[in-house]
Amino acid sequence: MSELLTEAAAVSAGGSAEDVAARRKLPVLFWVSLGWLVLVAVLAVVAGVLPLPRPTETGAGPARMGPSAQHWLGTDSLGRDMLSRTIYGARVSLLVGFTSIAAGLLVGGTIGVLAGYYRGRFETVAMGAMDVLLAFPSLVFALALVSFLGPRLSTVILAIGVLSVAPIARVVRASTLTFAQREFVLAARTVGAKNRRIIVSEILPNVVPAALSFALVAVAVAIVAEGALSFLGLSVAAPTATWGSMINEGRTLLQEAPHISFVPSAAMFLTVLALNFAGDALQARFDVREGRL
Amino acid sequence: MTPLLEVVDLVTHFVTERGLARAVDGVSLTVERGRTLGIVGESGSGKTVLARSIMGLLPRAGVRRGGKVLFEGQDLLGLSDRDLRDIWGAEIAMVFQDPMTSLNPVVRIGRQITESLRHHLQLGKAAARARAIDLLASVGIPEPARRFDQYPHELSGGMRQRVTIAIALACGPKLLLADEPTTALDVTVQSQILDLLQAQQRERSMAMILVTHDLGVVAGRTDEIAVMYAGKVVERAPTHTLFTEMRMPYTESLLASIPRIEQPSHTRLRAITGRPPDLVHPPTGCRFAARCPYAQPRCVEEEPPLMPAPTPGHHYACWYPVGDPAVRAG
Repeated sequence: MSELLTEAAAVSAGGSAEDVAARRKLPVLFWVSLGWLVLVAVLAVVAGVLPLPRPTETGAGPARMGPSAQHWLGTDSLGRDMLSRTIYGARVSLLVGFTSIAAGLLVGGTIGVLAGYYRGRFETVAMGAMDVLLAFPSLVFALALVSFLGPRLSTVILAIGVLSVAPIARVVRASTLTFAQREFVLAARTVGAKNRRIIVSEILPNVVPAALSFALVAVAVAIVAEGALSFLGLSVAAPTATWGSMINEGRTLLQEAPHISFVPSAAMFLTVLALNFAGDALQARFDVREGRL
Repeated sequence: MTPLLEVVDLVTHFVTERGLARAVDGVSLTVERGRTLGIVGESGSGKTVLARSIMGLLPRAGVRRGGKVLFEGQDLLGLSDRDLRDIWGAEIAMVFQDPMTSLNPVVRIGRQITESLRHHLQLGKAAARARAIDLLASVGIPEPARRFDQYPHELSGGMRQRVTIAIALACGPKLLLADEPTTALDVTVQSQILDLLQAQQRERSMAMILVTHDLGVVAGRTDEIAVMYAGKVVERAPTHTLFTEMRMPYTESLLASIPRIEQPSHTRLRAITGRPPDLVHPPTGCRFAARCPYAQPRCVEEEPPLMPAPTPGHHYACWYPVGDPAVRAG
């Protein structure tokens, strides 16, 4: 998970050679991605009032049936409605994805800004700790945490949140470093600004957009991580619908009823792709550099 | 009455891997209230480090400091960052070289001005806004109320430098340090900015230190000029005296290297040959000796001290000064 995040950071930091005008406008793909994300989020929020069978209701229709008028996305091996399960699964995925990264952003972002601004011993210690976190095998960490605290939503959020701290701290520190050495920080000091005010009103406005767009990509990684954990049965316990556990349930039936695995896979694929597109577009947009001013 | 700023034997040495770099090596200066001092020297002569040392802006680690910076009798070198913060902005302010980098690109211009107003003068939001708009108008920015809500990239270079000047002037400092304020600007804009600085300096009877590599910039705009070379002041005089009765060959060479409009085209520019000395291993004698057209054996052996000239307020560091007939003949 953390390896994936670092990779995402590397890829998005590379940027492309598009011209200024293209960067100013957000591409159509961004709006399509945003549309998909909004759709998924809205469905997940209003799932309870939709005219759908309960996601855990067995025998809502004949088992392992393909898409039909009654069950748009078909039914699974226990006859549960796939559309309903997919939408409820989105709840878990989005909740885990956004809360864990929000927590990671809060902790990792704070560490990164302080390390990048104050430097010195704090930076050495904090970044050393982040390296240790990065080097720690993430799956082992998640496994240990789940077996210790039990397979609950909060545990999964905690595990992914902790794992996201290090990559976020690194990205934020790197960004803070470049801005902390800029002349406008010195200029702010010459009119008597305190460190706290410099961080809040000079550094943060520059760092936050980049951090948020990176976080969007991180959410995608977190959703995949949650999927992997629930595929392994380490996330929310059955029968609660999650995309990962649904993929797992369809695993043995790939030949006769491929849609059981395919539907949640497609939902996850599209959501992760949309998050990546949106995150990349925002990163390109908020990448403030002298040359483009 | 004590002078506004008195720099006594100021030393700023940087600890580098190669050794101690003597960026500022025993500089003494005095700036009276409401007066203007120009500091002139080529790149690497220590002008910027001098300005930042006076401000107390240099990092504490890796820097050896010595001497005194007396601002209204108070030694700034001994102050903590906390005490300096009350002086920065309110008593001494600074204008930087490049307005592209000294303004925060993602913060509206208005907020960059009001921050220090609200901090130092405890103004409310509306009062600070009104004050900031007045300031923008006073530094010659048209439509100040509209500019207030704009971002730096929406302004031209000259306008941005006007904004940084407005920020520096916001709390009515007694001393303004302008570190190459026009180097990053177009030639046509340069004189506008210099005129603005001069007008503001007079209007507010504020003292100003104008740091530049261009003698032309300080010529008509300063009361006194200090010429720096390799971390030392080599000549200091009232502006008029310096231009008419310069004693230091370096000053003469600097002046000679300014292209003149009345000369025919393709006249070779008289550049100063060679490069400034290595500040880690400065030469034993006069630091300019290696590039000096009049150098004598004594120049390489013994370093000339800053000595008074017959003209009032004029000091120079040279064994064989320009305009000394006895010396030149021999």
